[in-house]
Amino acid sequence: MKTLPSTDVLIIGSGWTGLLMAKELSGRTPLSITILERGRDRRPEYITGMDELEFFVRMHMMQDPSTDAVAMRHDAGQASHPVRQFGAFLPGTGVGGTGEHWGAVYPRLMPDCFEMYSKTVERYGKTKLPEDHSIQDWGITYNELEPYYARSEREVGISGKAGNLNGQKIDGGNVFEGQRSSEYPMPPTKVPYFPTLFGKTVKSLGYHPFINATAIPSQEYTNPDGVTRPPCAFCGFCERTPCMIGAKAQPSSVYLPVVQKRKSVSLKTGITVRRIVHDKGPNGGRARGVTYFDESGEEIFQPADLVILATYTLGNNHLLFLSGIGTPYNPSTGKGTLGKNLTYQLQFGVNVFMDKPLNRFMGAGGTGIRMADFDADVFDHSNVGFIRGGVIGATMTGTQPISTFGDLPRSVKVPRWGSAWKKASMEWYDRTANIGFGGEHIPYVGNYFDLDTTYKNPAGDPLLRMTINWRENERKMVDFMNGKMVEIARAMGAKDVNPFPGYFNFDVTRYQSTHVQGGTIMSASPDRGAVNMHQQHWDISNLFVIGASTFPNSGAANPTPTILALTYRTADTIVDRYLKKPGMLG
Amino acid sequence: MQRRQFLVLSAASVGGVLVYSLDRRVSRVFAQEKTTQSLKIPLRFFTESEALIVAAAAARIFPADDSGPGAQEAGVVIYIDRQLAGPYGRDRFRYTQGPFDENALREFGYQGKATPADAYREGLKALKGFEKLSPEEQDKKLQQIENTHLFALLRQHTLEGMFCDPVHGGNVDMVGWQLVGFPGPRMSNYAEIDKHFGEAFRPKLISLEQSIGRKVRTTEDEGAKS
Repeated sequence: MKTLPSTDVLIIGSGWTGLLMAKELSGRTPLSITILERGRDRRPEYITGMDELEFFVRMHMMQDPSTDAVAMRHDAGQASHPVRQFGAFLPGTGVGGTGEHWGAVYPRLMPDCFEMYSKTVERYGKTKLPEDHSIQDWGITYNELEPYYARSEREVGISGKAGNLNGQKIDGGNVFEGQRSSEYPMPPTKVPYFPTLFGKTVKSLGYHPFINATAIPSQEYTNPDGVTRPPCAFCGFCERTPCMIGAKAQPSSVYLPVVQKRKSVSLKTGITVRRIVHDKGPNGGRARGVTYFDESGEEIFQPADLVILATYTLGNNHLLFLSGIGTPYNPSTGKGTLGKNLTYQLQFGVNVFMDKPLNRFMGAGGTGIRMADFDADVFDHSNVGFIRGGVIGATMTGTQPISTFGDLPRSVKVPRWGSAWKKASMEWYDRTANIGFGGEHIPYVGNYFDLDTTYKNPAGDPLLRMTINWRENERKMVDFMNGKMVEIARAMGAKDVNPFPGYFNFDVTRYQSTHVQGGTIMSASPDRGAVNMHQQHWDISNLFVIGASTFPNSGAANPTPTILALTYRTADTIVDRYLKKPGMLG
Repeated sequence: MQRRQFLVLSAASVGGVLVYSLDRRVSRVFAQEKTTQSLKIPLRFFTESEALIVAAAAARIFPADDSGPGAQEAGVVIYIDRQLAGPYGRDRFRYTQGPFDENALREFGYQGKATPADAYREGLKALKGFEKLSPEEQDKKLQQIENTHLFALLRQHTLEGMFCDPVHGGNVDMVGWQLVGFPGPRMSNYAEIDKHFGEAFRPKLISLEQSIGRKVRTTEDEGAKS
């Protein structure tokens, strides 16, 4: 096997976290940095992104299941099946990763989401915790992370309105959010018709609506690194699509312009990393580098002093399992940490059928109104059969006809094809909208990652396996929220409403969100998680694992802001502490 | 090598028919102009008899009626032919290692072995002569196969062919978009996003190539077997 000259820092993955780490380390140290990216740099294709078939239906930006699939089962007694085509979650590939095609919603986690175990027990007692839960506090608090959230909002460029500025509650922002040290760097985006109607209605019902915080510039924006982006044009091609004009914040439009100017950084594309090569030692092991296949298929060893694993949740888990790093979690004994606490943000919608046209071809990721009156532990759960909650909202992200033609009120009794169906679908086409819910998912003993025993990838390695299903807490929470959303829709004057059918088995075909989390979770002690508070691997001090795979539980909030806040914090720790005295951080 | 197949249509048989020239540009010939002409459309995947079945089935799934044009006018069969000849048709982007499980729970998605191209080639054998049936008989036949994998594909692909950007061979003249008031890929709605509350805003339709001012090379064209 060919061995390359050693690099000081090796970063696996060029998405949000990998590029951010490269930007920070290259700006503050003279270290040589190599980034390995599986996909290509696809920026020249972005101008053709306003194509529903290629990008939304055929999912042009996504990880290719023919080479990178994952296996799935509902419980340990069931045979697994490969996810042959992605549907529920859509990991990206290529320079910028999943952040190139995200929806750009940018909320912070609720403060008590970091202390879910102790806050729940404190308020309701241990008996309120669901059976077979594996909830544990993160070990880091919202207040410790707050300055990093603020930094990420300035650098990524967020439009929004604070609801809690230094303890002062501000009407029009999210009054339930954690205390913020600064206002968003840009005012909120414009709000289209349907979300405007939603906001007025929920306010009249006594709730507290606010304009979504998004990584969509409401005006031209120059961030502290001097990177400028134009205001969003609301073209309506946003989710699953890269931005044609470089407005939506993407790793390639926020961090890459800085990283590309740094001579100490080399970004290699078309690289499939196979293993993190490491030695085991008495005082923790040591990573020596990685082996990978280059584009021609040749296997190469790249030595490195410091390895940063910065891929999507699935990749982070898979590579640690394949490399034999960490002890696989055993749900029967609770021992082992790798693969533990697989969670997946809840998301569903209620179809709302209105009287008037909505012009829903216009929009952008996250453009709209939310309310957090049922988030986290904002409301009293004493008399409901579940813990925790989530956010209800109405957004206009831009809607295209292949994926939505034929959404009809259930009261309209027509076949699924033919003339009557066509006419009804045309009649309702631009009068159909969605009230959505994003909720917290608590971890359970029986939801985890390991390696599959049947299915393999083309290199002959076993696929990563997800064992996951919904339980009573999710089903009851969804039913409760469903009821509230139907009430809101009726109050908005909806002609008809299709309630969500409810949560049954986990369904890989229904798009939910790309917010799969956990598996390499952070913990205060090495017996409870794979990494410490600095996202440093407990067994290997020169290996850092960053991304949502380190979250001990899912929040209702979309994970990217927290992923980035933790990455800024880890970058500071590496520069200020680790590099001065390499070894396990206390 | 297989002899090249064409879909031959009489221009008089429909209100207007599509002509695909060698450079893959699409134009429309109106019946009143050339009533006796028959048109030869080169096929990439289907045989002529397969194409006639698919065209007829798509026209029952999404018919032309008093609400406007349907699958035939939008060129859906040509769209499907191109997709099946390209990487999608041969499952270039699906995990295709066994074992397969045709009886898997619905929640795991399609777990069968057949590629979209296989599913059409096999499934269409049972529909021989479909295009010669009366519309009522055609509907009855489709109802019988409504729960098959082939029908699921046919329905999905008909929607795709109705509403895709015209660069993919369907939605010719943007007839599908006209049905629902979708204006296509406009570069900016900045001035409009917070206006027109409760009123239909229906700007002039525009296709991707018109919007960005250059030609677009599609995945199906890049991956087509010549």
